[in-house]
Formats: sequence, structure tokens, C-alpha cells
Amino acid sequence: MALEYPEDLKYLDSHEYLRIEGDTVVVGVTSYAVDQLGDIVFVALPEQGEVLSRGDSFGSIESVKAVEELYAPISGKVLAVNDKVVDDPTIIGADPYGDGWLLKISLADAEELEDTISSEEYKERIEG
Amino acid sequence: MGIHPIPQRIIMTKNKRTPLFAAHGKLGARMVPFGGWDMPVQYSGLSAEHSAVRTQVGMFDISHMGKFRLEGTDILEQLQSLVPSNLAKLEPGQAQYTVLINPEAGIIDDVIFYCQSPEQWVVIVNGATCTKDRLWLEAHLSGVSFTDDTDNQILIALQGPQAVEVLQKLVSVDLGRLGRFAFVTTELLGGSAFIARTGYTGEDGFEIMVPVETGLKLWETFLALGVVPCGLGARDTLRLEAAMHLYGQDMDETTTPLEASLGWVIDWQKPEFIGHEVLRAQKAAGTAKRLVGFEVQSRQIARHGYPITLAGEPIGVVTSGTLPPTINRPIGLGYVPTALSAVGTVFDIEIRGKQIPAIVVKRPFYRSLSK
Repeated sequence: MALEYPEDLKYLDSHEYLRIEGDTVVVGVTSYAVDQLGDIVFVALPEQGEVLSRGDSFGSIESVKAVEELYAPISGKVLAVNDKVVDDPTIIGADPYGDGWLLKISLADAEELEDTISSEEYKERIEG
Repeated sequence: MGIHPIPQRIIMTKNKRTPLFAAHGKLGARMVPFGGWDMPVQYSGLSAEHSAVRTQVGMFDISHMGKFRLEGTDILEQLQSLVPSNLAKLEPGQAQYTVLINPEAGIIDDVIFYCQSPEQWVVIVNGATCTKDRLWLEAHLSGVSFTDDTDNQILIALQGPQAVEVLQKLVSVDLGRLGRFAFVTTELLGGSAFIARTGYTGEDGFEIMVPVETGLKLWETFLALGVVPCGLGARDTLRLEAAMHLYGQDMDETTTPLEASLGWVIDWQKPEFIGHEVLRAQKAAGTAKRLVGFEVQSRQIARHGYPITLAGEPIGVVTSGTLPPTINRPIGLGYVPTALSAVGTVFDIEIRGKQIPAIVVKRPFYRSLSK
């Protein structure tokens, strides 16, 4: 799969992405993460309504090769969980930026977004 | 996530490289350190490679494995003292999977002995244990000429239901007549090839040892014939479905063949061999622990080192675990008290703080229909 870095997204060094939709932030993992992990076989996500603090481990994503913790990129309440990827984690690999999203979180503190990086910066860190 | 964004090209290691290293690079393989070697872990992707071996044919560069040639007049008797199997039963052209064990019956390595004649043997051993095995063999063999062919021979495993069809295009010997664990030396692409009907995938296939020059040609020829190059990732899921042990992970010098559920390699009629007293005592009294195969009742993988528990108390440890493409359920191997080793026994595996039920099942997890 080709590595993609959609320009409308924000990124973290830990390979999560954020799509900001008003007061809601959609969180997922990047195509680089998916490429490194290989076939994803399991994903554990929090319950809807749970309140996350930035940096909290909110779940894990697992491939045959490795299991990785997922960290909350921002603080806020979990508004929605993508149950489809829990049932079929291969969706994350097939479409990480679309149907493979993981969580929707309410944006509690917009200042936290300042610590994210742009598509260009993230690409630079990955590809050098 | 803790994935580090380091481009492959700047990773510098002091690991050894097989003669096919450049060929792997050309195919875009992802390389990883493995037992002191830089080896391909995947090319097109683990699932695709795994499926190719189960349904068509794949190939692995296993040139990192140790390759020894032994020659000497009194060799058979000396080898007999080093292994619990009865090598005297082998006819020339037959091979035996067995283990080297120490006086405590701890497993030094799992190896294959190939009988060319009672005076001429080939031994293929694990890459990471090559030096240790060589020292052990040299210390226990006298009047034997010992040649280490590890660096001047390429070893390629051709595995899958179409392996016979593909290899038959390149050799004149009738491969259909070569039984499991039989081998033959024959001409291949102008060089002399050692071809054994063995493998580490649970599928039909061959392991082919050839001089470097021939091996480079053979790799390209197999590619041209549509053989799918496969990495260590698929090798691990394939061998685990077949419940084959990985040395250093599922067994080591602290485990005996009986504990490792490899009792079938022991010939109890043999009067003496290194470690036999310990094995006979263990057989009489029963072992305290035993390696079992289990299936996890979830989609999570029980990985190497995870505790096996009962009512929250640790009772054992997972040695290998994966979620392999063919059977598509999480499986694994691990040690538990012998009293809890029967098929159908249920225990838990602690996966990141949670107790997840697992059930002991029959090994192998997968059995090929085409073998």
C-alpha cells in the first residue's frame, strides 16, 4: 500500500491522525502505522462516554507481527466508537483514513492541537 | 504507538548477510535482525506469503542455517551417543529430525542428520546456534573430518503443494519417488544440488542446498517460475500452524525432549546416549511440565512470555503465539504443569492485564491434505 498523508489532517509522532470537524475530532492511525504493522487482527477501543486525558492509553491495535498501545491525542469525551473495525479490524488496513477511523472525541481544549504536526512535517519525519 | 519512523536504508548492523541479501533488496523485502543475521521478514505481505505456501508454492532463503559435513570411519557410533534417536536405522539417502542434548537432557539444538553413507553425514542446524553446535560436535567427535559449509552454500526451502511440479522442471531425478525425509544429490542448473524432502511449514516441499553461484541462479529461476518469495513472518505462522518448535523460544537447554513434547524422537531401545539417565528417570516419574498447543478464546494473540494462569495464579508461560491466516484463530505453544496438559483443559492467558480463556487442543493445529 502506498503511504498517504492527507493534507487536511493533523498528525502525532506516535502515528495517530486527527480530523477536526468543528468541536469533534476523528482519531485513527496513519497508513504508515498500518504498513508497519501488517495485517491487523485485533483492536481494543474504549466505551462511548469514557473521558480521556491526552496521552492516556485508550486501547491497543494488534497485528500478527506486533501489538501497539493507542494513545489519546487530545483530552475529551468519547462521542463515538467505530464498532465496525472492532468486528472487522482489516478495515483499518484497507482504509485507515476513511472507514477505518477509530474514535470521535469532543474537543475540550483547542490549545492541545498546537502540539500536533502537519501532513508535511509528518511525511518529513517518516520518509526523511 | 511505539513504531519508530526510521527509514530502512539507514539501519546499520554488524549482522551477517546471506548471499541472497541483494536479491531480497531488489524485491523490496523488509529486513530484520534474526539470530545474528539480517533476514527478510516479508516481501509482499505475511498473509499473501502464508497463503502461497498453503495453496501454491513459496520459497524461503534459509542460508543462515548451519550446514556441516562429517566424514569418518567410526562416525555412526559416535553420533549415536549424541542424540536420543536411533540413527543406525537410517539407510543412505534418509534423514532424521532429532535433538542434541546435554548430560542433563537439556536441548542444545534441534537438527536434521542426513545419512549419505555410514561414514558420511550432513547435519543442518539452526543459524543462531551454529557455533555452539559446531563446538559441541567437534568436542564429542574424534577421527572425524568436519567441514562447515554454512557460508559457501545457499539453502532455499521450496514449500507448497506445487513444489514438486516446479522443481521437477529443473532436475532429471523423479521427485515423486523421493519420500518425506529422503534426500538425493543431483545436477541442478549446472551445479551439484543436495535436495531433501523436508521443510518447516507443514506443507510438502524441499530444502535445496547448492553452491552460492548456483543458488543465486536458482532463486531467480524460481521467481521466473512464479514461486512466491516468503519471509520469516510467514515462516513463523506456517511452522506454528504445523506446531513445529522454534529453538530458543519453545525449547532450550532448560527443557528436555520429554518436557518439550518431543518424546517421539527418543528411541528407548537404545542402551546409552548422553542424557539418557535423566530421560529414563523423567519417563518413569513423569515430567513436571509439558509443552502444549492451545487455542485462545478471543481474537487476541498470546505472545511469547505471556503468563498462563489458573484462577489468577501463574502456572506456566506462552512460548509462541500467533493468529495464522489459514486457521484464522489465535493459537500458541506453552509450558504448563503436566496435570493440566490434557486436550480439552481450560486455563487463562494473561494478555495485557486481562485473563483470557484458552483451551488445550491437539497438535498440529493444521494438517496438509497434499502431503
